[in-house]
Amino acid sequence: MSTTTDIVGRGNAEGARLFKEWFGELGEAADQGRGAAYVFVMGSLAELLRCFDMPVVFPEINSLQTAVRHVAHDYLNEAEDYGYSPDICGYVKADVAAQLRGGTLPMGRIPRPSIAVYTNACNTYIKWAEIWERMYDCPIVTLDVPGSRQEGLRPGPGDPDFENDRRYVLGQLKELIPLLERTSGVPFDIDRLRETLGWANEAATGWKRVLELNRSTPSVFNALTDGTIYLGVANCLRGTPQGARYFEELVEEMELKSAEGIGTLTDELYRLLFVGVPCYPIFRRFGELFTEWGGTFVHSTYLWFASGGAHEGHQYDLSRPLESLAEGLLLGVRDAMDSMFFQTDPLLRMFHDYSADGVVFHPIKSCRTVSTGLADNRRAIMARDDVPSLFIESDMMDRRVVSEAQLKNRIDAFFEGLASRRSKAGASTA
Amino acid sequence: MNEIRWPPELRDESLDELLWSARELLEDDTYPTVRRWRGSGGPVVGHFQVYFPEEIAHAAGALPFRMRGAPVEPLQADSRFGSYLCSILKTSLEIALTGRVELDLFVTHPICDAARNLAGIFGRNFEYPCQILYLPQNANSVHAPVYLRGEYDRLRRTVEEATGRAVTDDALRASIRVYNRNRELLRELYALKRDEPWKVSADEAYVLMAMGGMVRREEHNLVLQRALPLLRDRDVPRPDRIRVVFEGGFCEQPPLDLIRAVARSCYVVDDDLLIGMRWILHDVPTDGDPLEALARAYLEDSSYSPVQHDDRKKKEEMLVARIRGARAEAAIVTAAKMCEPGLEEQVAYTRALDDEKVPFFVSEFEENMTSFDHLEIQLETFVENLMFD
Repeated sequence: MSTTTDIVGRGNAEGARLFKEWFGELGEAADQGRGAAYVFVMGSLAELLRCFDMPVVFPEINSLQTAVRHVAHDYLNEAEDYGYSPDICGYVKADVAAQLRGGTLPMGRIPRPSIAVYTNACNTYIKWAEIWERMYDCPIVTLDVPGSRQEGLRPGPGDPDFENDRRYVLGQLKELIPLLERTSGVPFDIDRLRETLGWANEAATGWKRVLELNRSTPSVFNALTDGTIYLGVANCLRGTPQGARYFEELVEEMELKSAEGIGTLTDELYRLLFVGVPCYPIFRRFGELFTEWGGTFVHSTYLWFASGGAHEGHQYDLSRPLESLAEGLLLGVRDAMDSMFFQTDPLLRMFHDYSADGVVFHPIKSCRTVSTGLADNRRAIMARDDVPSLFIESDMMDRRVVSEAQLKNRIDAFFEGLASRRSKAGASTA
Repeated sequence: MNEIRWPPELRDESLDELLWSARELLEDDTYPTVRRWRGSGGPVVGHFQVYFPEEIAHAAGALPFRMRGAPVEPLQADSRFGSYLCSILKTSLEIALTGRVELDLFVTHPICDAARNLAGIFGRNFEYPCQILYLPQNANSVHAPVYLRGEYDRLRRTVEEATGRAVTDDALRASIRVYNRNRELLRELYALKRDEPWKVSADEAYVLMAMGGMVRREEHNLVLQRALPLLRDRDVPRPDRIRVVFEGGFCEQPPLDLIRAVARSCYVVDDDLLIGMRWILHDVPTDGDPLEALARAYLEDSSYSPVQHDDRKKKEEMLVARIRGARAEAAIVTAAKMCEPGLEEQVAYTRALDDEKVPFFVSEFEENMTSFDHLEIQLETFVENLMFD
């Protein structure tokens, strides 16, 4: 029987182990000269791709690993020497350099792409895939998933506009399958899809529950640091039994922590929401700048969009797998995009649901998808509610635009403001 | 139907006066044509770059207003954006925030990561509907035309609601005819640029084309119909200049002075400036379903840009074809500062041009840059190297 000591911290340790194992498999595939399916986190279609026995490579995750491991600048410089501008996405450039190095990354080696399949959740996905197309002459497929057209306008099943989108997504999936068969040499088996969808359902249920459990006080995980590990598993092992089991066990851990009041911090003083992408070049230190003040992130839009909308716990209907996959993709990717483009209402709900004390907006140079609307959204949120917020800019890859001293200065001032508010509120109720 | 003429005395003007008026209009940050149209009760549909099926707004009796940035300081808009973003986003919002233009509907497109955010940003700042038109990004799917026809139908309903006017199939067909004529006239303008570039400089052609985004196309057609014969009959010197293609103006526009600076040392025989106005290459059929005709034309009879992936239109091959088709000797490959698709495409373009042995000049611009001396010297050096090679 597992004890509290066995369970607490298991999610992080097991996540790291699974991630290492997964990367080892990619290395083996590279050594065997096997081609991979290159995908992205927002709508990876891993559930479908696994039916064709193709290794699945997530270049965004590879790139962020170069930053976490403090070698991103070498990769960025190499891509810039090749011709890419300092002003484009750092993930793209790190991957370009990795490809120029034959797939070599600090964590190991990745196989080259046989095909790239990606949604339009981020336009840079398309430009990025075009680079592989030019480098390897491999097929690239944009799975076009139309998003919400306007804030608050979210037609659902039965609505003619939703049905137009659904038919389009389903049609594209049906076009993709023969291409995957040709590329992989593996015939499509709908029962295998049913199986991967089932595992994805289990993982999604767990992921949703884990996120809900962070409403506990104290919070049971840090959405910025621990959450990134969970997110990695949610993406890399989507549609696998290991992924399903991981989230089942993670729920067990978080429920235990919640029940026993075991917080992620010994002394949780401030509960925060994080909006944007983490500062990976100083990832650990970036987190410490908040935890040193007793601040922890109870939720983030990152866990929302970077899981491709899986946070809603969408359940595929296994009796009609392909149709349900199309619908799930449409809803999930639309939801992920809403978290970036139309985030005011959900963020305010999140603020109250998670009893947050403040919101940290972190736009970054590399990602305009996530960052473009943040300043305006911050204005809108502050106009509608009494929400303390912090706006800090840096990057997810490029240490040239990360100033730790400036970040610390702003973060310290933010916490001083939170402390002052709290003390004034205490005085007025006394 | 509103009867606003721009400028009212247009048809009697000389070519110089006409070009001067077009230039003034383009640089007038009070947007007099838009104000007059709205002042007379005409609805205005603002649409962001690159391509928008203006016929649908036009058929509702609206003025489709092309939001292509502006020659203004983004004093209010700056606080709505962070750093590292292109200028066109900010100045397009600025002209709306400051009331320089008043809209009834704003539409942006998923052309890039930044532009897609504009529906949310505009929507938080204005009461009128602010939407994304999801032009298909899987242009090679056989399902794309049917999907786009449905998306255009959704747009038609949105336009009807915003303007309070029905958009009938017959009205759409009439608008398509107006736009077909406009496309034909723009093709003639570009043919003149290509065949007799000394008769129309790059900046002259640009102002004549760009003003079409600020007036009803019937008006624009009148301007072009008057200007084209005057340009063809122009008795002007024929200086020896290098023929170039200018690439990189598909979204944010280079300042007019930059285009003028280029024109001082080169004949710009083709370009992608405001490519959305010339996106559809031939006449759109006016029989059958007009929305389907527009959808098919967008996908199957169209130009190229870095913001559309289409296996049938490999962009570097399209650029080389544009250069060969215009008998250009070199290319100017530019990108707006902070423009992710443009900057990424520069790498593919320059590598392809290297392979094809086409000389090229690479630069970046910003719509509000004011100093061109450095760029002009570099460009002159590039041109001299080619001419005396």
